[in-house]
Amino acid sequence: MSTTLFRTSQAARSALRAGASKRAGAMASTSFVRGKATLPDLPYDYGALEPSISGKIMELHHKNHHQTYVNGFNAASEQFAAAEAKQDIQAQIALQPLINFHGGGHVNHTLFWENLAPSKQGGGGEPTGKVKTAIEAAYGDFSSFKTKFNTALAGIQGSGWAWLVKDNETGQVQIRTYANQDPVVGKYTPLLGIDAWEHAYYLQYQNRKAEYFAAIWDVINWKTVEQRLK
Amino acid sequence: MASPTTYTLPPLPYAYDALEPAISAQIMTLHHTKHHQTYINNLNAALVSQATATSKNDIVAQLHLQNAINFSAGGHINHTLFWENLTPASSPSAQPSSAPKLVAAISARWGSLEKFQEKFNAVLLGLKGSGWGWLVQDTESSALEIITSKDQDIVPAGKKPLLGIDMWEHAYYLQYLNDKGSYAKGIWQVVNWKKVEERFLSGVDGVFGSLAGLRSSI
Repeated sequence: MSTTLFRTSQAARSALRAGASKRAGAMASTSFVRGKATLPDLPYDYGALEPSISGKIMELHHKNHHQTYVNGFNAASEQFAAAEAKQDIQAQIALQPLINFHGGGHVNHTLFWENLAPSKQGGGGEPTGKVKTAIEAAYGDFSSFKTKFNTALAGIQGSGWAWLVKDNETGQVQIRTYANQDPVVGKYTPLLGIDAWEHAYYLQYQNRKAEYFAAIWDVINWKTVEQRLK
Repeated sequence: MASPTTYTLPPLPYAYDALEPAISAQIMTLHHTKHHQTYINNLNAALVSQATATSKNDIVAQLHLQNAINFSAGGHINHTLFWENLTPASSPSAQPSSAPKLVAAISARWGSLEKFQEKFNAVLLGLKGSGWGWLVQDTESSALEIITSKDQDIVPAGKKPLLGIDMWEHAYYLQYLNDKGSYAKGIWQVVNWKKVEERFLSGVDGVFGSLAGLRSSI
């Protein structure tokens, strides 16, 4: 995912190419240009996840909501760099919530788009291989896992996400919910994320969020989940 | 086992389309009959479970229920306050002149009503996730403040809510989509200044009315 989260500017890429023959250390000190976060392209059309998610939702969600997180993250990062340059520690600390929120929003949405797919591109169905084994070890069978995941989604009080994560210490998988745009970092690796913010479903499902949670399983990209588990 | 109080959805003091164009009839209908009703249903269910847990002296179950009770009771209280502090734009109560004492206090605190509204809107737009923006009065110092509460948290003890604005996406999304700034701007057309003035002049329990007991229990 790291390649899709950041794209260095044209100038930065030229600088990197120009420095490619030099030693990496020297290049870092002479031609480093801060990369900006950019909105990744969706790997499918806006309408491709219908009827689970309408084209209008996907378009607004990607072009407006996700873009706003990208913009907010870049703005906060610039302010952070300025505070760093001035060695203003208080300003750096004060910026943390904004970086967490907008950076988390960017990371979460990027992971979300990648772990969805239209059925004609392999979305839906049931996990196989290592993911199937890990889910069955933790939850018995796929159907019980889905029920528990949907209960977790429905139990979110306010805006947030539900994730299937891997515990990096035990290697086991589990369902966890995160408030607002808190990202899955630290002890856990994100495998599968479902956005439970109202903007993710409201135009199509209004208050009937359980219908959205039921329909999303038809467009889960289990191949991506498997790659993340490896 | 004493059966707990059963809460019911309060009727709106105006028609569903009465706040247009600031808030569409579709939003108001869903917001009142579905969202608010769901908080009440979940609150009633949680209170029944709590009564059962209490009668069995099951303290662990009681503690686990507290979270659901706070969320659902908060949703009921916050929405009730919200409906009351809105009114159709054509109503005389929608004029700031119907809140002379409060507007004087706001001007003393923020310079002018317009500056206060700008500040309030900036606070609304700064919310990270679901929540509410509030004009409150500190019950000890009497100072006016703009604060936010996350999700369905009620305003903290020691603060008297005067005006509450719902910033959950369900409050505006069908009409404004991601343009929450326009929702925050438009809502001032339908603020019930007469009601906000009443709250300013009333004690804390008067603000919460029949929900004062529920409010002090969470």
